[in-house]
Amino acid sequence: MKILVPVDNPIFEGNVCVSFARAPYFLIYDEANQEKKFIKNSAADSQGGAGIKAGQLVIDSGASVLLTPRIGENAAQVIKSAGIKIYKTIGESIEKSLQAYLNNELAELDDVHPGFHGHH
Amino acid sequence: MKIAVLSGKGGTGKTLMAVNLASAALTSVYVDCDVEEPNGHLFFKPQQKSERTITVKIPYVLTNLCDGSRRCVDFCRFHALAYVNNKLMVFEDICHSCGGCSLVCPNHAIKEKDKAIGIISRGLSENVEVLSGFLNPGEVSGMPIIKGLLDEARQIDKLTIIDCPPGSACPVMESIRDADFCLLVAEPTIFGTHNLNMVHELVNVFNKPFAVILNKCGNGENPAKTYCLERNIPIIAEIPYDQQIADISSNGHILVRENNTYHKLFSTILFDVQARLKS
Repeated sequence: MKILVPVDNPIFEGNVCVSFARAPYFLIYDEANQEKKFIKNSAADSQGGAGIKAGQLVIDSGASVLLTPRIGENAAQVIKSAGIKIYKTIGESIEKSLQAYLNNELAELDDVHPGFHGHH
Repeated sequence: MKIAVLSGKGGTGKTLMAVNLASAALTSVYVDCDVEEPNGHLFFKPQQKSERTITVKIPYVLTNLCDGSRRCVDFCRFHALAYVNNKLMVFEDICHSCGGCSLVCPNHAIKEKDKAIGIISRGLSENVEVLSGFLNPGEVSGMPIIKGLLDEARQIDKLTIIDCPPGSACPVMESIRDADFCLLVAEPTIFGTHNLNMVHELVNVFNKPFAVILNKCGNGENPAKTYCLERNIPIIAEIPYDQQIADISSNGHILVRENNTYHKLFSTILFDVQARLKS
C-alpha cells in the first residue's frame, strides 16, 4: 500500500508541509518494500484550482492513504471520491507521522477547511 | 455621449458623482457596472422595474461517451475538472466558462449548460433610466454581466453615465471600453493619489480623454491635486468635504434633486465635459 505525504523538501529527514495542495513535493512511501519516492507537486504554483489538481495527482500516484496536517474542501472531495483515506499528521517530522500511521496511531482528518481561494 | 466614472480605490465617491451627473442631465441612462457591490439603485429607487437573468456556460458530461482520455482535465488551466474512478468530476464554482473542455474532447462527451450568475435590473427614476448589474456572491467573474449592461445601454440613445467598479483591472477596462470620456474621482490622501495614478495610467493606455474630480477637499494638503498640477491633468471640479453632502447621501437622497446649488455644480461638470469633447 502506498502512503502520500506533502513535504517541504525532497528529503525523508525533513518536515511535513503545512499545506497540502500548495506543498512543493509529495513523498510516496511504499509500505510493501519501504521504498521512498519524491515527486514535484505540479499543482503548487497553480493560480487557482490547486486543490483539485493536487487531488488528481494523489489519485494518479496510486496512493491509498494521504497523511496531511490540513486539506481544503475541493481537494478532500476529489480524494475521498477515489476512496483514499485522509489522516491528520502529528508534529513536523515526516518520519514520526509515518511511523505513527503504521502503528495505527493517527486519527482520520475530518476538519476540512473551505480553502484559501484567491488569498495567497 | 458616454461618460465613465472611475477611481483606483473604493469609497472615493464614484457612485456619488455618477448618480448626481446622471440626475443633473435633462434625461440620461445610469449604468451601475460595480456588479459586486451595486449601490446606485439605493439612491435612484427605480420604478417599473424589469429583471433578466444572466447566465454563463458550464460543462456537463455524457458519461456513456467518455472514454477517459482526460484531455479535458489536462487542458483546463483553472483545474475545474478531475477524473476519479472512471468518472469526470466538474467543479462548477472553479469553471471560468472558456468552453475549452468541450472543444478538446475527442468523443464530444462534454456538452454545455446554462448557469445563472446574476441579474440585470432596469427601471426608471424620474429623468434617469437606471441599469444595475447584480453578481451572485462567490461567482468567479462579473464580466458577462458588465457586457450585458453595456450592450443594453448601447440600445438607448441618451447621455450615458457609467459607474465603474473600483480598481483598474479587467472589469474596469470593460466598463470604460465604450466611453467617450473618463472622469477620475480622487480623494486627498496619499493612498488616494496612488490609486489615482493607477487609473490615470489605465485611461492613457486606452487613449481616452479624461479629467479629474477632486472629492472630499478640505483645508489641508491635497496630494491628489499636486499630482494633477505636476502633470497638467485637467481638474474639472473640487467637491468640498461637506457635512450636508454626507447627510443627504447617507439618507439615500440625491444631491441635485435636493438642492439647487448641487444641481448647478453637477450641470457645470456635464457642460464642461461636453465642451472638452468638442474642442
